[in-house]
Amino acid sequence: MATQLLRRRVTQILSHGSVNPSSPISVTRHFSSAAETIRATLFPGDGIGPEIAESVKQVFKTAEVPIEWEEHYVGDKVDPRTQSFLTWESLESVRRNRVGLKGPMATPIGKGHRSLNLTLRKELNLYANVRPCYSLPGYKTRYDDVNLITIRENTEGEYSGLEHQVVRGVVESLKIITRQASLRVAEYAFHYAKTHGRERVSAIHKANIMQKTDGLFLKCCREVAEKYPEITYEEVVIDNCCMMLVKNPALFDVLVMPNLYGDIISDLCAGLIGGLGLTPSCNIGEGGIALAEAVHGSAPDIAGKNMANPTALLLSSISMLRHLNLHDKADRIQDAILNTIAEGKYRTADLGGTSTTTDFTKAICDHL
Amino acid sequence: MKPGLPTRHENVDIVVIRENTVGEYSGLEYEVVPVVFESVKVITKFCSERIAKYPFEYAYLNDRRKVTSVHKVNIMKLADGLFLESFRRVATKYPTIEYNEIILDNCCMQLVSKPEQFDIMVTPNLYGNHVPNTSAGIAGGTGVMPGGNVGAEHAVFEQGASAGNVGKEKMVEHKTVNPVALLLSSAMMLRHLQFPSFSDRLENAVKNVILEGKYLTKDLRGDFTTQEAVDAVIANIE
Repeated sequence: MATQLLRRRVTQILSHGSVNPSSPISVTRHFSSAAETIRATLFPGDGIGPEIAESVKQVFKTAEVPIEWEEHYVGDKVDPRTQSFLTWESLESVRRNRVGLKGPMATPIGKGHRSLNLTLRKELNLYANVRPCYSLPGYKTRYDDVNLITIRENTEGEYSGLEHQVVRGVVESLKIITRQASLRVAEYAFHYAKTHGRERVSAIHKANIMQKTDGLFLKCCREVAEKYPEITYEEVVIDNCCMMLVKNPALFDVLVMPNLYGDIISDLCAGLIGGLGLTPSCNIGEGGIALAEAVHGSAPDIAGKNMANPTALLLSSISMLRHLNLHDKADRIQDAILNTIAEGKYRTADLGGTSTTTDFTKAICDHL
Repeated sequence: MKPGLPTRHENVDIVVIRENTVGEYSGLEYEVVPVVFESVKVITKFCSERIAKYPFEYAYLNDRRKVTSVHKVNIMKLADGLFLESFRRVATKYPTIEYNEIILDNCCMQLVSKPEQFDIMVTPNLYGNHVPNTSAGIAGGTGVMPGGNVGAEHAVFEQGASAGNVGKEKMVEHKTVNPVALLLSSAMMLRHLQFPSFSDRLENAVKNVILEGKYLTKDLRGDFTTQEAVDAVIANIE
């Protein structure tokens, strides 16, 4: 324990001139000894959630990943401490473990409680949504050279939720951009690019129209870019970006954007590679918390029928492993998944095959 | 979409109608404190109803079957909610035209995977910047997409999507500018002025040039200059 603390402090001092408490990188976890298991929170979710979570557990067990899962479910009563169906204990679990995996959650319809995703985002201060988007070899879409990462600011921007009616028939909605949030997400983007060997970061904006708000976002990105001279930095207007993405997605590497543009671009990129059923996603919070999640829905119509495709949740769990620096385990599992899909023998119904969830999972385990 | 153009998607035939006066482009930005900025998005009932009538009329007059409004009402409940309310009200007056709604992020995803499902799309101001550019991208690029701005008394026609090529001196120097978009926009203008036969002749000439695939500019992977492309269109006019 003491050596861990010492090592962490030394890394802090060596990696940055000044230790900025709000920087995400200042708290690095050290998983130095392989024998030590890491506790991670698991939210299987609703619908097909439990089935695909089971797939992840099986694959991890076969690959001997040193993770011990702490499972939490969404309750059926509103917890007054969190004002949602997620209990305080669940949130504390993520805060304690600092890493988690979440399946699809369906927010129950009704009033008097916050949406589950909003609760997680606000309580854990998840400020960046990271989605690696790459074409899966063997699963043909109209685009086979996609290899990019979208990093979306997740706390403010157009989604601040501040709206009001000025007079009858006139409504105003506020978009907020702050220096702190923009710097935070830009820092993460460049840090990610550096640690994952990416060469270029593109900031997406509409500063020609929204000069002050998007202007501030760009200013912050430029400031951070100066600290990483080895990484190319460019700025692309959102309309140009949409067009370039659908014509030639190979032009992009890492994209960093405010909330609304990030929402659009990350879903657009998911569409390029085959949809939300194949897209991994990871939310980064203050202090180095990482909550990986599958961004597709809970698919209640196929729940319990052993038909669900666990790829999205599996790829998200790989993002989680990479965040924990367990790169060789991550690579092994990723290769196993890509090979299984490329082979084409075991594919679930949404990919045009006839395999069940369990068969698909077993095929991946066999490939390990 | 023009037959003959090498694109990844087929059967793309979309008209995008964008509210052009309010929304996110109101130009109202404030510095709250030196590190916090606010931008105000305004939606009004008057503008929403005004824009809602246009696509249905357009569909009715041009034999189109479906109008889809693009929004983000799950997040911007009041603003986009007001926008959608106006649409739903107008939709009831056109029972023969199908009306549906789609969330913006899903819309972009569907555009790149199944664009055939869209016919006429309507959006508030900002989304109306993303959606046409995405659609232009899948249908061959901003060099071929026409557009028009319509008001109660005047109409100005211009390229449908610009995507950052405006004011590029180099393109003018190297003569690589694609005239197709502006030619088709002028055809739209002729239609607006109720000269349909002239409009048809111009559009057919352009379609033939593209179908032939010979006199194309750089953005369409051809080698010809602006003037040569225009000459080809002129040669094709009957």
